[in-house]
Amino acid sequence: MRRSSTFLYSLLCFGYAFLYLPILILMIYSFNDSRLATVWGGFSTRWYSALLDNSQILDAALLSLQIAVISATAATVLGTLAALGLNRMGRYRGRTLFTGMIAAPLVMPEVITGLSLLLLFVSLQELIGWPGTRGANTITIAHITFSMAYVAVIVQSRLASMDQSLEEAAMDLGGRPFAVTLDVTLPLIAPAMAAGWLLAFTLSLDDLVIASFTAGAGASTLPMVIFSKVKLGVTPEINALATIIIGIVTVGVLVAGWTMLRQQRQLANQQTRP
Amino acid sequence: MTMVVNPGKRDRLWRSVVIATPYLWLLLFFLVPFAIVLKISFADPLVAQPPFTAFFDWSADAGKRVLATLDNYRFLLEDKLYLVSYLKSIKIALISTGLCLLLGFPMAYAIALTPYPWRNLLLLLVILPFWTSFLLRVYAWMVMLGKQGLINNLLLSVGVIDEPLQMLYTDGAVYLGIVYTYVPFMILPLYATLEKLDLDLHEAAADLGARPLQVFRDVTLPLAMPGIIAGCLLVFIPALGEYVIPALLGGLDSLMIGRTLYDEFFVNRDWPLASAVAVVLLLILILPIMLFQRLQQEPEA
Amino acid sequence: MTETSGGNSANAGGACSGSPWKDPSQQPFIELQSLSKRFGQFSAVDDISLKIYRGELFTILGGSGCGKSTLLRMLAGFEKPSAGRILIDGVDITSSPPYERPVNMMFQSYAVFPHMTVEQNIAYGLKKEKLPRDEVARRVEEMLQLVQLPQLAKRKPNQLSGGQSQRVALARALIKRPKVLLLDEPLAALDKKLREQTQFELMNLQDQLGITFVVVTHDQEEAMTLATRIAVMDAGKFVQIGTPSEVYEFPRNRFIADFFGKINVFEATVVASDGQYLTARLDDSDTEIKTRHEQSLAPGSRCSIGVRPEKLLISTEAPAGEAYTVTRGVVEDLAYYGNRSLYRVRSQNGAVIQVSAQNYQRSAELLLEWDDEVFLSWESGCSVVLTE
Repeated sequence: MRRSSTFLYSLLCFGYAFLYLPILILMIYSFNDSRLATVWGGFSTRWYSALLDNSQILDAALLSLQIAVISATAATVLGTLAALGLNRMGRYRGRTLFTGMIAAPLVMPEVITGLSLLLLFVSLQELIGWPGTRGANTITIAHITFSMAYVAVIVQSRLASMDQSLEEAAMDLGGRPFAVTLDVTLPLIAPAMAAGWLLAFTLSLDDLVIASFTAGAGASTLPMVIFSKVKLGVTPEINALATIIIGIVTVGVLVAGWTMLRQQRQLANQQTRP
Repeated sequence: MTMVVNPGKRDRLWRSVVIATPYLWLLLFFLVPFAIVLKISFADPLVAQPPFTAFFDWSADAGKRVLATLDNYRFLLEDKLYLVSYLKSIKIALISTGLCLLLGFPMAYAIALTPYPWRNLLLLLVILPFWTSFLLRVYAWMVMLGKQGLINNLLLSVGVIDEPLQMLYTDGAVYLGIVYTYVPFMILPLYATLEKLDLDLHEAAADLGARPLQVFRDVTLPLAMPGIIAGCLLVFIPALGEYVIPALLGGLDSLMIGRTLYDEFFVNRDWPLASAVAVVLLLILILPIMLFQRLQQEPEA
Repeated sequence: MTETSGGNSANAGGACSGSPWKDPSQQPFIELQSLSKRFGQFSAVDDISLKIYRGELFTILGGSGCGKSTLLRMLAGFEKPSAGRILIDGVDITSSPPYERPVNMMFQSYAVFPHMTVEQNIAYGLKKEKLPRDEVARRVEEMLQLVQLPQLAKRKPNQLSGGQSQRVALARALIKRPKVLLLDEPLAALDKKLREQTQFELMNLQDQLGITFVVVTHDQEEAMTLATRIAVMDAGKFVQIGTPSEVYEFPRNRFIADFFGKINVFEATVVASDGQYLTARLDDSDTEIKTRHEQSLAPGSRCSIGVRPEKLLISTEAPAGEAYTVTRGVVEDLAYYGNRSLYRVRSQNGAVIQVSAQNYQRSAELLLEWDDEVFLSWESGCSVVLTE
């Protein structure tokens, strides 16, 4: 027993080293003065200042943030509705198809999603003259579509674990369906919605392939700019950018995780108290 | 469970809004696009905007004539490039899935065996990379693997090698990149099943005379099977269509189908052919995707 | 309340004849020698020695955290002792792994493999012994008959009731023909009716097969009815080992007396003590009591005298005779159960004394009423001196 757990834990350590070492090294080298990726030329923040002067990257970052906020918000609304529709609305025709359409985007290869959405936009353009120019608008729609599925799955798992008698009690006390959703369901699934929003936000910030397909000539998101730079090789400015992004995300996730853990504990405490 | 016993007009409206809004959105932006891809895969390429022929010829003289062609699919079969791409993608996706399982299973198992406050931390460490930029994490390996990358420099300075190894832009780098980015997708579903595994069952098997490896084979493995299948699908399906990893880490001969499709679309601007590539890719994936959906729905039932 | 009749039948039906533990020439079948298990600073099992004889149905009884489960897990081989030895049938098995021990266990959770059918579960242990296929099939069939499950052979565990799962777990362990069967809280997960039935079935099985059973339980009733002997465990040590009637009638201390049913405790002062009998004066009634106690106590020192509620006689007139110790009180509360009545009597110095009396006479009216003045008495042989 003991021998096997030593084996397990050494593999676990190896796994974490494998997951984290490349990122750590990347972050360390972002402070390297030398342009050569791996020759240590002393500590420097020059790539950070170069980054601040690079308006192309900054513009792209701004655009990406804009798209991420809008698409995450819309995806949270749509995804939550979808989860309610699948979990709290009983049976109706087309429910099976609905379930399928929610689960499929989770595993659909990005190239297919990207290609199909672009072809949709092109066809719509021909048919009804919308969406005009492709750019932030089409990227946002694409991001909403695939990230709402993630939100729906997160909210759905919360709904499934939630005691339905709470909603039944609210109805018994005279709440109409809309009011019940607003007064009882939403407050209870709010943490799941927040988690869904965060996930949708990062998915949008992170997406390269779908954005590349659906963006017109004009719009370049941050991943698109990064990709075009790193395709040519290691770029010190990107190291600095990566460090900043990973730093922000890590802090964000840790804070969010910590808050959620605390809320869960409070909830658990309230529930265990007689 | 019908919650609405005798719904009034207002209540029905709310119900319709809840169901119809996301439903219509997904129909329009998820299902219809596939139909369009299918349609265009039967069209001819044109040097025009958009660069393909119409499916229906609306011009007055022709009436409603279907202009469909199987040329694109014929081309997929004739040109070795595509067959090679598909096969190579399947091979790379399969092998990386196996590697993810080999690394992910012991990791998930170790996490599931860890007592509580620590277990949350270990889980967080698995989830954290999932939130950080996928693109940048792939890029991090370029820093590691390049000719002047960290590993080469290290090996050179120790004296194991005399000249830098070609590690970046090889199939090996692609495997590495896929395992690296997808192993959390393997660990999480595995952990979810292993966590529920009753340790009494292990002890019962040992008590009945099973040696540790037999306990693993007879009890742990069969009970972890749902997690293994879910994890493998979560890695295999996206890995099969992967674009970024072969594009950044793979060599020119790392022809994965996602990359071929992307190039066909952006470089050759042959939209109908790219659509045909996508349709065939989807056909390959339909079985694993349906299996995945079955698995997702089972806990509900 | 404990019914002594159940305990008696268990003793009578047990496969082990006589009382081998009283016979020094008998070889113990299981022997624990100074066994200890420490987890960090905490001693779960603290220097325990014990002899269990062939065919016994030995019960280890204690509250949660007393170390009984750790002891059982050491017997099964899931925990390595920090010190001491375990011998079964003369063989030292202290360091053999669970899969090599002639010991099988029925888990509290039953631990029936959910992915195997009933049949496969039962056959599992024999397959690990690499027995020929037809022999496995024959013995599984036999075992299914024994636990009365042949019609469920092809079922999966999730289609079984709690009682059926328990039989599968039992059959799975028994089919290995172990020298010792360990049972962890065997009746805890069953409802009351099923418990009683299963209890007798377990005793019959043990009788038929002659396998030595070691049962761990927190339920004194379960222990009383099943066991040939009971070891009461607390804080990693045995407090008392004895037959059910010994631990019930002659509890060594208050902890044990309280553990098995109710007991009334009278405070008293020692008058005389000769290492055989002890005479003490009850604070309550100023009467003297003479009772067996093989430990000398200094005259003038304090002691507690325990008397079980059913040993007390309640009457409106003082009983005649030298043999009785008598005290007085007022009926404060009474509960009529049909076969017996339970009285709560307030004694002269304010203590509450419980009396359980058989209703010998048939009467539509209660023989005693609230606020009746009564005499409480017991034969001197019925009391026991309790040390703390």
